[in-house]
Amino acid sequence: MTDLTLAPNLDNPDDIYEDLLNAHDGLSPEESASLNARLILVLANHIGDREILRQAIRAARPPDP
Amino acid sequence: MHDEPLYPYSRSTDQDARNPVRHRIAIVGAGPVGLAAGIDLAMKNIPVVILDENDRVSHGSRAICFSKRTLEIADRLGLGQTLLDKGVQWNAGKVFFRDRKVYDFNLLPEAGHSRPAFINLQQYHLEHALVERIRSLQGDGLPIDLRGGGKVEAVRPGETETAIDISTPDGPYSIAADWIIACDGATSGLRDMLGLGFTGRVFEDNFLIADVTMEVEFPTERWFWFDPPFNPGQSALLHKQPDGVWRIDLQLGWNIDRKAEVEPERVRARVSQMLGADVRFELEWVSIYTFQCRRMDRFRHGRIVFAGDSAHQVSPFGARGANSGIQDVDNLCWKLAAIINGEAPESLLDSYDRERIQAADENILNSTRSTDFITPKSDMSRIFRNAVLDLSERHSFARPFVNSGRLSLPSTYDGSTLNSADLLEGGPYSSRPGAPCPDAPFNDGHLLDHLGGRFSLLAIGREAPTAANLPIIASKSDISPEMRERYLGKARSAVYLIRPDQHVAARWSFATAEDVRSALERATGKTP
Repeated sequence: MTDLTLAPNLDNPDDIYEDLLNAHDGLSPEESASLNARLILVLANHIGDREILRQAIRAARPPDP
Repeated sequence: MHDEPLYPYSRSTDQDARNPVRHRIAIVGAGPVGLAAGIDLAMKNIPVVILDENDRVSHGSRAICFSKRTLEIADRLGLGQTLLDKGVQWNAGKVFFRDRKVYDFNLLPEAGHSRPAFINLQQYHLEHALVERIRSLQGDGLPIDLRGGGKVEAVRPGETETAIDISTPDGPYSIAADWIIACDGATSGLRDMLGLGFTGRVFEDNFLIADVTMEVEFPTERWFWFDPPFNPGQSALLHKQPDGVWRIDLQLGWNIDRKAEVEPERVRARVSQMLGADVRFELEWVSIYTFQCRRMDRFRHGRIVFAGDSAHQVSPFGARGANSGIQDVDNLCWKLAAIINGEAPESLLDSYDRERIQAADENILNSTRSTDFITPKSDMSRIFRNAVLDLSERHSFARPFVNSGRLSLPSTYDGSTLNSADLLEGGPYSSRPGAPCPDAPFNDGHLLDHLGGRFSLLAIGREAPTAANLPIIASKSDISPEMRERYLGKARSAVYLIRPDQHVAARWSFATAEDVRSALERATGKTP
């Protein structure tokens, strides 16, 4: 079973960060939330592995107090 | 059809008896589940009396979608073809979001099955066919008694029998029954009389159902709308039934004036907006319903057993109500017959509880997920739902997320105490012990026509041992590719022990008579 990659994995983090922000240019908070939801669904399908996604959800959630 | 008494009250000799007459099995409720249970038991020559305060088929279409598994069970009960001839078959559909169609679908049924994935048929047609079947069994002298116009007022469970008080137009009378099957629906009187709880989730929503007849010919498809202009923020469904009747389902939300919503003018206006102003139609039946997803903690209470809506309820999305009730019957009746015939201990009925609770939980999970997709319960769930629908227009990957009801499939009884260990190396997962037998072309017909009603051995590409007088269903030398795929997998030959309800009890690469005997003992609850 593959594990979720949580170590640095991008050659060009600044470029990718910029792409993510640019995608939201001119959008209202609601439109941005919709875009994020669509983006997550597209990426989830690309990953195609429930276990990896569950690890990703755990990694993204705020740590338990 | 709804106004014609099909089993009108007539005085039974039980009413003149000095002491309550004792029956083997009393079934309370003559809906699809109770009628099917009566047929299943009578065909096994177990005497049964069905009691209902009503005397005719249900009013309005109610359950309209019957799955392949229900048709297969109906085949076993002798009315599958009748249902198929009357029902509407469909595979295609459209999904709409707001003001546009987002995609078409075709369910492309799997090859090699005798029955389609499902048919649309009004519940009253099913009930009518079941009553006709009962009449034909009675003509053959089988022990089934259908009593209309008698309301069960009280039950008094005893050690080995239950007293039942019934009120009729001629006054009250009592009978006793060794066993009772409670098929008296979502508002089960028996459940209340016994003070049994019903736990689960109530959904705060109302749905308007309208059956309409139209002059315009729409395609035989399932159309589902999310947030359409004619019903903003809600959902809508259009589905074809026999006799040129269309089912329309409109979600209305929670805070509505129920009385005002069923006013014909109001309904006509809504339907007109949906179908287009130029479409002429007639309203046949209108009703508002709410629904719950819940079940009893246990379905068996001593010698009273609950089946169908009285035991569990789901949302209508996915057609899991009536279909799961028929599967309850399929699971229950052979066990009850085996106990009555002294072939199994009473504890076999505990497996009904376990297996059908497992199925009910699966149905509740599926129907809850559909409901949450159709009516998002939070801002974020609505954002995700709409994201799926937006994406589904351009990207096929998103379409499997769209959930307006998941097709009702029979449960596999994984982990059931009736299953023996899987000893078929390389055998397909889909026919593992506990699974309902998938149909496939077999010899000159279909496999399921050879199975069911009793325990049997299925021998594929090898001989099966003679054991316990079990009938052996043997493949001829030419094994269909579907049989290989669904029953052999990587194995070259196999022996299966099949239960009376067409579920797999055990399977082997090679079985001795002792293997078969021991699996049969386990499958009838004699050994753990």
